[in-house]
Parts: sequence; C-alpha cells; structure tokens
Amino acid sequence: MTALGLSRIGHAFFGRIVLSGVSLAVRPGEVMALVGPSGCGKSTLVHIAAGLIEPREGRVTRDYRRHAMVFQEPRLLPWLTAEGNIAFALRLARWPRAGRDPRVAEAARLAELGPEDLAKFPVELSGGMRQRVAIARALAPAPDFLFFDEPFTALDVALKRRMQDLVIAAAAAARFAALFITHDLMEAARVAHRIAVLDSRGRGLAGLRDVPGVPGARSDREVFATVQDWLGRDPAFAHVHDVDERRRA
Amino acid sequence: MTDAAAPDRIRAETAAPPAAPVPKGARIGAGRGARLARKAGDRAGRLGRFVWSGWAGLAALALLAALWQAGHEAYGAFILPAPLDTLVAARGVLADADAWAVLGQTSWRAVAGFGLAAVAGTLAGIAAGYSPATLRLARPLLTVSLGVPPIAWIVLAMIWFGASDATVAATILIAATPVVFVGAAEGVATRDRGLDAMAEAFGAGPVRRFLAVASRQMASHLFPALALALGTSFKVAVMAELLANAGGIGGELARARALLDIALALAWVLLAVAALIVVEYGLIRPLRAEVERWREAAEPWGVKR
Repeated sequence: MTALGLSRIGHAFFGRIVLSGVSLAVRPGEVMALVGPSGCGKSTLVHIAAGLIEPREGRVTRDYRRHAMVFQEPRLLPWLTAEGNIAFALRLARWPRAGRDPRVAEAARLAELGPEDLAKFPVELSGGMRQRVAIARALAPAPDFLFFDEPFTALDVALKRRMQDLVIAAAAAARFAALFITHDLMEAARVAHRIAVLDSRGRGLAGLRDVPGVPGARSDREVFATVQDWLGRDPAFAHVHDVDERRRA
Repeated sequence: MTDAAAPDRIRAETAAPPAAPVPKGARIGAGRGARLARKAGDRAGRLGRFVWSGWAGLAALALLAALWQAGHEAYGAFILPAPLDTLVAARGVLADADAWAVLGQTSWRAVAGFGLAAVAGTLAGIAAGYSPATLRLARPLLTVSLGVPPIAWIVLAMIWFGASDATVAATILIAATPVVFVGAAEGVATRDRGLDAMAEAFGAGPVRRFLAVASRQMASHLFPALALALGTSFKVAVMAELLANAGGIGGELARARALLDIALALAWVLLAVAALIVVEYGLIRPLRAEVERWREAAEPWGVKR
C-alpha cells in the first residue's frame, strides 16, 4: 500500500541535472523524513512530488484524497488575518461554507493558536507564530498527505522542538502521511517513522532506514543515540553534513 | 504500524467532513454575531479616522493659502488676486446654474476618459505582467508614448474627432493609459511567486491564483498609478477643452483669459482642483482603504494618525 509513489524521478534545470533515478514510496499514515546534504535536490524532489514542478522523467503516483504543504517560509497572504489565511486553504479545498468556522477553530487548536492571535495580520505576528499559522492552514482542510519543506529551519532551537512536537501530535491525531524534508538528523529522528537519505548528487537514494521506536515516544537519549549510530556506523549517512553552498538550489 | 493505523485513518476520514452537533452550532451562531459587531466597530473606527485625517489636509491647504496671500501682498491684485477674493469669485461662479453644468461636463469627460484608461491599462498590464516577452516589447513603446506631449495628441485628436467629447476622451486615454499599464504590469510581474506556489500546492488553478493571490499584490502598485492617472485625466481634460475650444472648464478659462479676469481664471482652477479632490477622496481613496486594510496594521503609530 502506497500513499505517494515516486518512480525513477529525474529533473534538470537549464541542462544541469539535479535529480536522476529517485524512487520512493510513502505508506499511508507514515511520516517519512528525507535528508541529504545542502544542494542535493531535496526541495526540488518535494516540489515535484507535490505537483509544483513537472519532472523531466519518471512518474508520480498519488493515492490520497488531498494534500497540503508547509514551506520553509510561512508564505502567508499578508492581506488576510491569521484566521483568513487558515480559511483560505478551506476555500481552495471547496470546503462547505457552513463548516469552515468550526474547522478553522479546530486547526487553530491543533497548532495551539489562541483566538486573539487569529484576528491579527501576519505582520503583527512573530516568526514562530507565523509558522504556526502556516501549520494550521495546512491541517485545516484535513489532508491525508502533508509535504513539509524544511519547515523549521529558520526557527530557534526551543521553538523548533515545540513545532516538532506539534507535528508529531497532529500526525498521531489526524493520521496523515507526510514527506518531511530536513537537513537536521535530530529532527528527522524525532518526527519520522522512516528516513530516506538522498544521494549527495541527487543520483537516487543513498539509503532507507527505519527509525527505531514511535514518534513522540522516543526519549532524547534514544534520539541522540540513533543519530550517533547513523553518523558513526552507517555509510548511507557519510555525506549528509557535506556543505556545498554553490550548488544550493 | 501503518496497517494497524489504516482502519482508524478511514474512520477519521469519514468523520472529518463537518457535521456539527446542535449545541456547537448555537455557539458558532453567537460567534458570528460577535464577529459582525467587531467588523462594524472596525469599520466605524476606520471611517472616523478617515474623516479625522481631513484636519491634516485642511492644515496643509491653510498653509498654501497663507503663501498665496503673501504672494498677493507682494505682487498686487492684478498678478495674483487674494485667496479670499478668489473664493468669493468661485462662489459667484457657482451661484450660476450653468457653471454647475460646465463643471459636470468637464468632470464627466475626465472620469469617462479615466475609466477607459483604467480598464484598458489594467487589462493590458495584466497580460503583459504574465508575459515577460510582451513587457519587454511594451517598455520602449511606453517610453515613446509618454515622450509625446499631450498637446500633440490634442492636435491630432482635433483633426480626427473635431471639437467634441471624443477629442477630450481620446487625449485622456492616450495620456493616462501608460501610467495604469505600468502599474498593473509591474504589480503582476513583481508578485511573490512563493505565494503562487503555495496556492498551487493547496489546489488553486491559474484563474483562482490570479483572483485570490496575484490581483491583491497588483493592487498595491495599481492604486498609486490610478490616483496619478486620475489627476492626469483632469489636467488633460481642461487642457484639451481650452485648446480644442470644446467648452467645459477649459472653455471658461479661455474666456477669463480673453477678459483678463485673473480672479475668475483662478476661481475656475480652484473648482477644477475641487472636482478632482471630490473624485479622488470619494472614489479612489475609500476603495484603496478597503482593499489595503492590512497595510494599516503594519504602519507605525505616527504614520497611522
């Protein structure tokens, strides 16, 4: 059973090959983390999976009702209040008008947004609050698949943890499947069921590993031990921390 | 793990579409009333601030009148009549019913020409904004059309249409369209593509992406262009009337010049400016305030009021 299937995906920008032969299958209800060094094409891959970019080769199969996405930046509409931004996703999903208000309230509750925050415009909110609104917007139309494109990279460590907990809780409650892009192995080891490592030059996968335990039930010690184990013994993770900002896309 | 989760997931899906129980619905109704009240209060507050900001405008006009008075005292009544005398002359003009018809004629021509220019410029601008090749082709054409002085167009339009409404309207159309076009095209071309991608990821097609995302970003470029185009419309309307001898305020100005009646000429200028202010503050500003409400939230206190 596959919610999202990528088979032999390849893509190039202006003749420069960024991805080739990447195959991946995300099961229903499963959070899969996708890691890889900077510039290896993670972001391009998730944009292809979400249908924002047409791949040059390969096939994407989607077996779910509806997807939503959380981007690296909040990408809120500045002319709508937080409430309006959350309702925007419902409008695009053609959610029945009468059911929108309770659904916005439910999504705001999941993202731990208070009623006083909902009336504010994005310019009046802090960076963390904006990303919360972006998460609430993604959860609002009750998607059964979510794309996360390095959603918490710009947040500080404490805020990042709270957001990860929020995603773990929401995934457990709403049972959505997700493809979670990150370059932070600790983050991947906290939120995901499985972790896929993209080859450092985008040539297929370097490895696919089960993360021991269940998201939300892992202690910090276990998470740390898992990451140390990957970095120390697993050749798939050898190049994850390589940095080449010139190739950054 | 996932297989065990599957039945739950299906149950969650079927429960997900909204079927609000009755007591919850009542609470939502109350929430809606509160929100309406909040919206009404918000609107009254904004209207109050809009009217209150009139004091700042009056203060600026009073300063201008003071400068004018100083000029009058330095150069005498023949060169520059006193502001009060001009106001009295303007009141005298307005006492005549024909004067209202003249004002109405010029205003109608200016607003009609402006309307044509706004529609044509906005539509062409949107098309160009989405097509970079068109925009590249259009830029030199804009430079040419903006470089030709409106007077030249008036002469051409007089030859084509004679001394009529069409002459005035055509001249305004040519003079004001490029400004609106640039505003709309830049607004669309410089839109945040990230927001477009976001809307697409949430399932919006091209039309909805334009209506819900791009058009709102275009507005912030379009409204200043529209205000500029409206001012241009009134100026060009009066100029075209004067040169084409097509009546209206321009015609009255020509008459005042023939009679060497400076106070009367200034009175007509005053009335033309008043007509422009009425249209701009009665139409463009409220429309903009409505569309750009969120900007107010971003403004620091000193700018706000």
